[in-house]
Amino acid sequence: MEQVIANGLYLGAQYALIALGLTLIFALMNVLNFAHGQMYVLGGFVTYTIYGRLGLPFPVALAASCVTLGVVGALIEKFLFRPVVRRSEREESTMLLAAAVAFFLDAVILLLFGEKQRGVPKIVNGVFVSDQLIMPYDRIVVGVVAIAMIAAFVLYMQYSRPGRAMRALAQDRTAAQLMGVNVDRYSMIGFALGALLAGAVGSLLVTITGVNSGIGGPISIKAFLMVMIGGAGVVGGAIAGGFILGMMESVGLTVLREYGDITYLVIFALLMIFLSIRPNGLMGKPWG
Amino acid sequence: MTATAKLFASAALLLLLLVGVPLFINATGRSDLYYTLTSVALLSIISAGVWITFYIGRINIGQGAYALMGGYVSAILVMEYGVSFWVTLPLAGLFCMAASVLIGLPILRLRGVYFAMVTLVLTEVARLLALALPITNGAKGIVSIPQPGRIGLFGLTIVPDFATLANPRFAFYIVSVLLMALCFAALYRLKNSRIGQLCQSLQQNEELASSIGVNITYLRVLAYAISSFLGGVGGAMFAAISQSIYPSSFTVADSINFMLNCFLGGLGYVFGPMLGTFVLYFGWDLLFQTGEFQLLIFSTILIALMLLLPNGLLSLRLSGRAKATAAAPPAHRQEETQARSTAAGRASS
Repeated sequence: MEQVIANGLYLGAQYALIALGLTLIFALMNVLNFAHGQMYVLGGFVTYTIYGRLGLPFPVALAASCVTLGVVGALIEKFLFRPVVRRSEREESTMLLAAAVAFFLDAVILLLFGEKQRGVPKIVNGVFVSDQLIMPYDRIVVGVVAIAMIAAFVLYMQYSRPGRAMRALAQDRTAAQLMGVNVDRYSMIGFALGALLAGAVGSLLVTITGVNSGIGGPISIKAFLMVMIGGAGVVGGAIAGGFILGMMESVGLTVLREYGDITYLVIFALLMIFLSIRPNGLMGKPWG
Repeated sequence: MTATAKLFASAALLLLLLVGVPLFINATGRSDLYYTLTSVALLSIISAGVWITFYIGRINIGQGAYALMGGYVSAILVMEYGVSFWVTLPLAGLFCMAASVLIGLPILRLRGVYFAMVTLVLTEVARLLALALPITNGAKGIVSIPQPGRIGLFGLTIVPDFATLANPRFAFYIVSVLLMALCFAALYRLKNSRIGQLCQSLQQNEELASSIGVNITYLRVLAYAISSFLGGVGGAMFAAISQSIYPSSFTVADSINFMLNCFLGGLGYVFGPMLGTFVLYFGWDLLFQTGEFQLLIFSTILIALMLLLPNGLLSLRLSGRAKATAAAPPAHRQEETQARSTAAGRASS
């Protein structure tokens, strides 16, 4: 049981970080970022190139992944989403754009890195063994880094000036603009930050599960699940959703093992029941 | 365009598809076009379902789930119970309809991205379900489904047995085009009916519509059920043409494509899904020669289209008129719909 909980916590920390990026972009821009999974994959491949191929230290690769994705996110916001948001009649149009961006990133990743599954050497060797618990050290390191990043993100949003501006923007765009918040600038920062988080998780997880160009879509779906559980556009909700999904996956894989591969079916059924009672998730604003 | 002109244009299009295209294909000998055009016709039927949910203001990325369900229902009925394919076609649609009512009742309370996300997950769940259920034969899928049999009435053959035909692709093409024509005629009728007007009031403001006396729960479940019906019929037809169905026949990517078809054609136009499917499918096919750059070029064009025409392809055709009345219509249209829904409310109370 301790093993299951530890696995759940480790998974949950990763998931929460993915969901945070997605929910941040949604809160600021009202854009459902279909390309989130692809951004994760891109982050993984940047780390693979720098850490796995060039042999530079892992922190450098992690930083490079973050910076690359941050820049990519900022460019996507400035040159793609901003004009479309401004000109389209229905805000759903951004969804088409997000899907097209997802295809685009998929294509770029496929061309640059190929379709093979890629792995990198472990960042820390050895396994932690106690009576109830077996946990490789690299997983512990990755889990701790992820939790530290979540804490840093929450503190940044809570106390820094850009963080406060972004929260104001998420609450009410017009009011924030009237108070003198530079809406365009902070939308861009927010999008970059969301993309950066996706890249960071990709970079962290490539050291454990590896990465291949096809997992972007499934990752996006998981991120959507988490955001639905927690409520879209709320930081606390994304963290809660991430940990809940991680825990359910971990428990489900253990408990339901003899029934075959039905963990996600069960999770979805539970989600349907949950959503029919609470349509806006645990902490979401009504109708986000 | 007047009503008569519209009717003539539609009839001409149908004639072109039923007579012109086969003549063209015979002349050029490119019989592979039959399969492409059949796919376009069927995909546009499925996309039309997505369009209906757009019409009530919901973003539906779960159409792949119903297409898959329809395909499996038809395949299982044909294979296990020996039912004629032509009977299973509406049955598949009805089965999806029933399922969508059960699923729709809770999830249609969600809006905006929430609904989009939950339907997206629904597609994934349909795939997992197809993998897990014993009757669907897991990842191996159901293969070598027999071709549709003959329909006769009083000994008279109306539709011949497809297996005996020299060119079953041509037969499938005709059937699909007829289905598509039927579907879009019904869609056009639906949009311009009282229910269509009420649906538009849902798209604009559900609370307001509800306060006026529109039964919003009934309407949105109805729209979703019709949408799923079309998905099921399209999926069943696809299973018949490819004579096989796998859990991966309709995936999340397909669901997203159905949505893209609607977007690309333009959400405000009944024929949007048809045009969108045509352009998207043919664009994808044409780019096949570019090999590994296919997806890159395709997505770049999509992004460029979004930047240039954020309101869909059909907005181009109407842009001249739209510009002239650009300032007035939104408010005007809303008033009109409100007035209509007020009248409707009075009628139903």
